[in-house]
Amino acid sequence: MKVLLSWLREFAPFEGDPVELGEQMSDLGMAVESLDVLGGGLDGIVVARVLALRPHPNADKIQLVDVDTGDGEPLQICCGAFNMAVGDLVPLATLGTVMPGGMAIERRKMRGEWSNGMLCSGRELELGDDHSGILVLPPALADRLGAPFAEAMGIEADVLYDLEINPNRPDAMSVAGVARDLAARMGLPFTPLSPAVPEGGAAIAGRASVTIHDPELCGRFLVRILEGVQVGDSPEWLARRLTLLGMRPINSIVDISNYVMLELGQPNHTYDLDKVPGGELHVRWAREGETIRTLDDTVRTLRSTDGVIADRSDHAIGIAGVMGGASTEISASTRNVLLEMAWWAPMAIAISSAQLGLRSEASMRFERGADPEGLELAAQRFAELVAAGAPTSTLAAGTVVAEGDLPSREAIRVRTERVSALLGHPFTGEDVRRLLEPIGFVFDQAADGVDGEQLVRIPSFRFDTTTETDVIEEVARHHGYSRIGRRMPSGVHAGRLSERQRDRRTIRQVLVGLGLDEAMPMPFLAPGDLDRAGLGEIPPVTIANPLAAEESVLRTSLRAGLLKAIAYNESHRNEGAQLFEIGKVWSGHRIGPDGVPDEREQLCAVLAGVDAHDAVRTLRTLLSALAVPGIGIEQVAVPGLHPTRAGEVVATGGDGPPVRLGAVGEIDPSVLDDFGIAARVACLELDLDALLALPHGERPYAPISRYPSSDTDLAFEVADTVPAADVEATIRHSAGPRLVDLRLFDVYRGPGVAAAHRSLAYRLRFQAPDRTLTDEDVASARAAVIAAVEATHPARLRA
Amino acid sequence: MIDDLHDLASAATARIEAASSLDDLRALEADLLGKKGRLAEVKKQLGGLEPDERRAVGQQVNDVRTTIETAVGAKRAELEGEARRARLEAERLDLTELGPFRGRGHLHLVTQTQERLEDVFVGLGFTVSEGPEVETDWYNFEALNIPPSHPARGMWDTLYVDAGAPQTVLLRTHTSPVQIRVMQRQEPPIYSVMPGRVYRRDTADASHMPVFHQIEGLVVDRGISFADLAGTLEAFTSAYFGGSIHSRLRPSYFPFTEPSAEYDINCVFCEGRGCRTCGQTGWLELGGCGMVHPNVLAAVGLDSETWSGFAFGFGIDRLALMRHGVDDIRELFTNDVRFLSEF
Repeated sequence: MKVLLSWLREFAPFEGDPVELGEQMSDLGMAVESLDVLGGGLDGIVVARVLALRPHPNADKIQLVDVDTGDGEPLQICCGAFNMAVGDLVPLATLGTVMPGGMAIERRKMRGEWSNGMLCSGRELELGDDHSGILVLPPALADRLGAPFAEAMGIEADVLYDLEINPNRPDAMSVAGVARDLAARMGLPFTPLSPAVPEGGAAIAGRASVTIHDPELCGRFLVRILEGVQVGDSPEWLARRLTLLGMRPINSIVDISNYVMLELGQPNHTYDLDKVPGGELHVRWAREGETIRTLDDTVRTLRSTDGVIADRSDHAIGIAGVMGGASTEISASTRNVLLEMAWWAPMAIAISSAQLGLRSEASMRFERGADPEGLELAAQRFAELVAAGAPTSTLAAGTVVAEGDLPSREAIRVRTERVSALLGHPFTGEDVRRLLEPIGFVFDQAADGVDGEQLVRIPSFRFDTTTETDVIEEVARHHGYSRIGRRMPSGVHAGRLSERQRDRRTIRQVLVGLGLDEAMPMPFLAPGDLDRAGLGEIPPVTIANPLAAEESVLRTSLRAGLLKAIAYNESHRNEGAQLFEIGKVWSGHRIGPDGVPDEREQLCAVLAGVDAHDAVRTLRTLLSALAVPGIGIEQVAVPGLHPTRAGEVVATGGDGPPVRLGAVGEIDPSVLDDFGIAARVACLELDLDALLALPHGERPYAPISRYPSSDTDLAFEVADTVPAADVEATIRHSAGPRLVDLRLFDVYRGPGVAAAHRSLAYRLRFQAPDRTLTDEDVASARAAVIAAVEATHPARLRA
Repeated sequence: MIDDLHDLASAATARIEAASSLDDLRALEADLLGKKGRLAEVKKQLGGLEPDERRAVGQQVNDVRTTIETAVGAKRAELEGEARRARLEAERLDLTELGPFRGRGHLHLVTQTQERLEDVFVGLGFTVSEGPEVETDWYNFEALNIPPSHPARGMWDTLYVDAGAPQTVLLRTHTSPVQIRVMQRQEPPIYSVMPGRVYRRDTADASHMPVFHQIEGLVVDRGISFADLAGTLEAFTSAYFGGSIHSRLRPSYFPFTEPSAEYDINCVFCEGRGCRTCGQTGWLELGGCGMVHPNVLAAVGLDSETWSGFAFGFGIDRLALMRHGVDDIRELFTNDVRFLSEF
């Protein structure tokens, strides 16, 4: 919403620094988005008359204009516009003038001809958007040649504010409403308009009628008749105000309609009375599929949730609260005007304008709730402005009003104690009253009556205000948010992260410590991405209204997004990227009763340029950091991973069947090909919901023995089909409680070892808590281990 | 004999001094002082001497032994020192002669910012709560006092998913539904912040992404007031941005709070003096806040006469960009390791 300071001043005597006034508006919740000082920078612009127009000898797009600035001497100007005629009055920027845009006017040659100044368009003077030609001034200024332009035109310095108005401020969608709010804050008297228009001619009765067929659509509908109007151009001052507030002047009647809307916040509509048979209007819901040609010359198909104004033959001639129809449009030949002032149900207009994709200045105001009590005033103001421009016109006596359902306006009980408690600031009943009366709230009871509460009647222009809390917000607003004190909640409460959040931080810290970078790919994928990653088995959840097909699928795994990131990095010569992500994934397999798909938190790490063992080491380090016991790897086929270099991560610790936690290994080379990745890529993928649901984080104290330990080495020749983890399990199981450390220190394939076998060399460390072990102790443990491994696996001890 | 001993001593010290290695020195030591050494031979002859002479010569033998031992000791220390110096010199390492190595990795800038925010709020007595990113219309809108067809729905461009009835399941447009879930899970008092990822049907540009991050705060307790909101946000502002940065609240509108406010802070670039970033106003708009609307409390069965609360929320990504002077939000999501490893 834009407002002009000069217009605001017609309602209250605002003085002082425009910037400070703007700060007050912002502090009232009407945030000043921009502030422009107008009419400044017109020094040096004078009124001039065109004496002669001559072609430029060396240029087609410039002409030579001789102008007179009052001394009768022709002054040659080079000009790129051709819209003026000899005798026209035009604004001339004289030499030395600095234009509002900052350009300095100097005497200079253009294509060999001198130019002694510049003729100006409306836009160059910042008086509007018109840049199609030189601004031609009214002939009445003929006796002001050479006079300062601003003075001759009666342009006073003004300030244009662009305000951001919140949806709960229907009152602030008008110049008067902004003025009322600001006057209350500044302690200035607010003077409402009191338009006085003589009535004449035949009375309206019998010449116009309104029938509201659907009362829930329209609360009130008022019409008046204006006769003998002349449709022409609006006066300069009115056109200028409309232009500055962002509306295009069209003709005198339409401009007045818009002017009244901007000034009072009451959208209205004008019909050519002679095109409305019998002046008869019917208000009803549209029929499904009903069509209407609207003012913008578009045929629109309506739905039963749109409202219409129909004529006697039930043809729609306007869409309620959104846009008028073309058939009854005001034209140059219109003489008699039927003026509509209505109050439409806000929700109806919101739905209708959204559905039609038509957000007009009118619908924006009706949506928030216009003022049902303001219709008469707005109609009077309309008539006053018409009369001012066309003295021959008359306002027919009387009004026709039809009523539907209006919002009930019950007085609201406001408890002073509640106001103070909710705002955390001590208010008296008198404070509340003092703050709210200037913005139109009416108090029925003496301040702070017996019960410390007051009955407050809400002004009709505040459709938004229906509860005690709404009123309290107004108290806060006018008291000033910044003047409410600050304190901290007094109760004792412990702040902390949950176990899950701490675990997540641990995971991130460990991975970062291992040299991985945290990536953040989009959770959206293109339809083929999951298939490319070999993850086509799980049906993904799709987006119903994606912005682009490439962002239409929700990921079922983090892997695809990270592979894209690896490919991106590789193509930018960032070889060896090591990335991880913790994020949500969704499965179309499992949809909850409320329609919400199963959502799980996943961890995925992709390591370019290293092999599966690096991923396993990463896994082991993580498990140790989180203290999760009983996790193993089952080397089975995993979709999208390398057929011989990957497996599932499973929890075997619990009583039930093994729980699948994720996968570890390398990405399938054919997947890498599809993603255009040249490097080998190791991968670790864990379902964090499953992993962190396992018992973990327990680290019981184990006393360290003070007695010496003994090592013994064992090398077994083991078939490749036997996982080292199985051999290790057998060793641990058979070595007895004195085995304190076991490590695989060498793996060897080659001469001396059978084909399809390898040598696994382990170092076993034994230690007792209560004594030094003897050679016999170690020897018998060693023998037991050898026997067990050879008995359990196709393995034999190497000599 | 005494003279012999003198000669022996001076010859011995000369030889010791001439020793060139620890091995030489060890051989020399054995030759001089060993059981079959020179001194031992002299000692054997002592028995044949007169008691007086034996005492004098014996004394002399001991003196010579001491002299030799001292000389050997000194020489050994010298040779050992030389050997150690030679060994260390051979081990010399140029510390700057460093090949490539994998340094630490990097947390994403958004994570770093989120953790900083969480830490400040934990310090102010808040827990950290989470909720799902795919939500129902009820949690995302209705329970937050935004019924169907409410014009305020236009404030959020929503992405819906193909699940459940049409337009009932969506990607949450803000972290506010977590407020509802927290109030359902837990009786007041509630002091919690809710960071997380949110979604809008927005085309990506320098300041918008269809996916970004917010942090939301919720307090519900007895006697919570607007002054508590203002005080809490001021405490957060100085804790997070530094003591010279202050906050202000301006009236605003959100369906789920009333009174509602915009939460501004002193521009962190010019500290309030006015600059290009803040449009010469000296203030930066950070987010929205307000007192929890009675209808929101009612949606979770809380009586607004007994309980009151405040809520606030703002973007995490923008704070991340601000701290490091990144001017395009899309940078955060390229996953280029050169960008990731800058922070």
